[in-house]
Amino acid sequence: KQWYQRRVAITAGTLGSYGSLARFRDIQRLMKVNDSTIIGGFGDYADFQFLMKLLRQQTIDDEVVGDGVYRDAPAIHNWLRCVLYNRRTKFNPLWNTIVVAGKNYGGEPYLGYVDKIGVAFEEKTVATGFGSYIALPMMRKAMDENPDMGVEEAKAVLKRCLRVLFYRDCRSLNRFQIGVVSAGETSISEPMSADTDWSIGANPSGYE
Amino acid sequence: RVAITAGEYKSYLRMSSIGTGYDFSAGQFSPDGRVFQVEYAQKAVENSGSVIAVRGSDGVVFGVEKIITSQLYEQGNNRRVQSVDDHIGGAVAGMLSDARAIVARAREEATDYRDVYQVPIPLKMLCERLGHYVHLYTVYGGLRPFGVSILLGSWDELNGAKLMEIDPSGSARGYYGCAVGKGKQNAKTEIEKLDMTKLTCRELIKEVAKIIYSVHDEVKDKHFELELSWIGKDTGGKHQIVPKDLYDEAVKYAEEALNDSDDEDNVM
Repeated sequence: KQWYQRRVAITAGTLGSYGSLARFRDIQRLMKVNDSTIIGGFGDYADFQFLMKLLRQQTIDDEVVGDGVYRDAPAIHNWLRCVLYNRRTKFNPLWNTIVVAGKNYGGEPYLGYVDKIGVAFEEKTVATGFGSYIALPMMRKAMDENPDMGVEEAKAVLKRCLRVLFYRDCRSLNRFQIGVVSAGETSISEPMSADTDWSIGANPSGYE
Repeated sequence: RVAITAGEYKSYLRMSSIGTGYDFSAGQFSPDGRVFQVEYAQKAVENSGSVIAVRGSDGVVFGVEKIITSQLYEQGNNRRVQSVDDHIGGAVAGMLSDARAIVARAREEATDYRDVYQVPIPLKMLCERLGHYVHLYTVYGGLRPFGVSILLGSWDELNGAKLMEIDPSGSARGYYGCAVGKGKQNAKTEIEKLDMTKLTCRELIKEVAKIIYSVHDEVKDKHFELELSWIGKDTGGKHQIVPKDLYDEAVKYAEEALNDSDDEDNVM
């Protein structure tokens, strides 16, 4: 339901809820569009599947030209913005918040946010849903302290955020994937879980 | 006698390959059951540079003899091997602009199939649809047939390699090895010598290059560019232009084979 990213690394849970029912616990909310872009979806899963289908066709159209050039992350971000804004203007929105993580043609990292009303911006740290309340401050602090962190450090920050989110969000699941777009490789990990420590919950007294 | 009647003259024509009077449109049959417009379209294919495709044990290899009529042309332009969707490769012979129209239609069919069925279009289905489309242009008086033969190939883990050809009449046929264009007779002879089902794509790339070089007519068409592409296990089922190192190796093999055969002729 919520997910977050920082330059180059992006993570999303694998839960598809039906209201407060944890209905589908192993869905893919990260999609590798092409070697320069991974997108993550929050919101209505059917609408996200529709967008994934359109993006898949775009990648095929790029491949078929045969010159090895694919749409980069800023291009995909802008395209999504156009589609989402137009739909909202017609009072028929795609009920999603999408994060576009990747790199541009020059190889520089790119991270963008688009939502169902067509708001779109580029930032170093981005989050959706619960993540924007809990994880975003944590990520911003980590970025302020260490602006040039590498992939492994970024992944560690994301895992820390996910652990706190699992603690604090009642409608969450401790299962997520992390995707990385770097100069070398673009890939999405297998689902994993964060280590949690519930020992303080054993003997509560008062509000502690 | 000196003169012949009109009836006798017409019966002369029946025997020849000139369809005078019955070749104005694709909407007409000739008295001996031929549609001349389609046959003329096939002639357009026969006049183009050779295109061959071979189905190996783990994929399909395409080779095109792209005849270059001017040194001013940029290299690598006017590509005659095209991808339809990412899992099907094609090579075209004949009129290039007609070919582009057919490939565009094939891509639309593939997109439509994927949209409806959520799976990549199987080669056979694509050829059925495309064959039907090409055939459409052979039955109306107001349209002319496509002057193109297109060779299409695919490979996947489950079904292995597949190769099909669609000719201007709209008929789609499956092949193990296929040749169209100028040197098709010679090329077919060479292809028949290969034991295709046992050779892998890597080996076939070299053989295909060798065949193209050997059927190329140095006298009539001075310069040509060899286009090689493949689709198979080595490419993960995706249609790609053969990478530079394999391409150079294949060209070297082809040139050496050509020199050897020249030497053999001199020895005699």
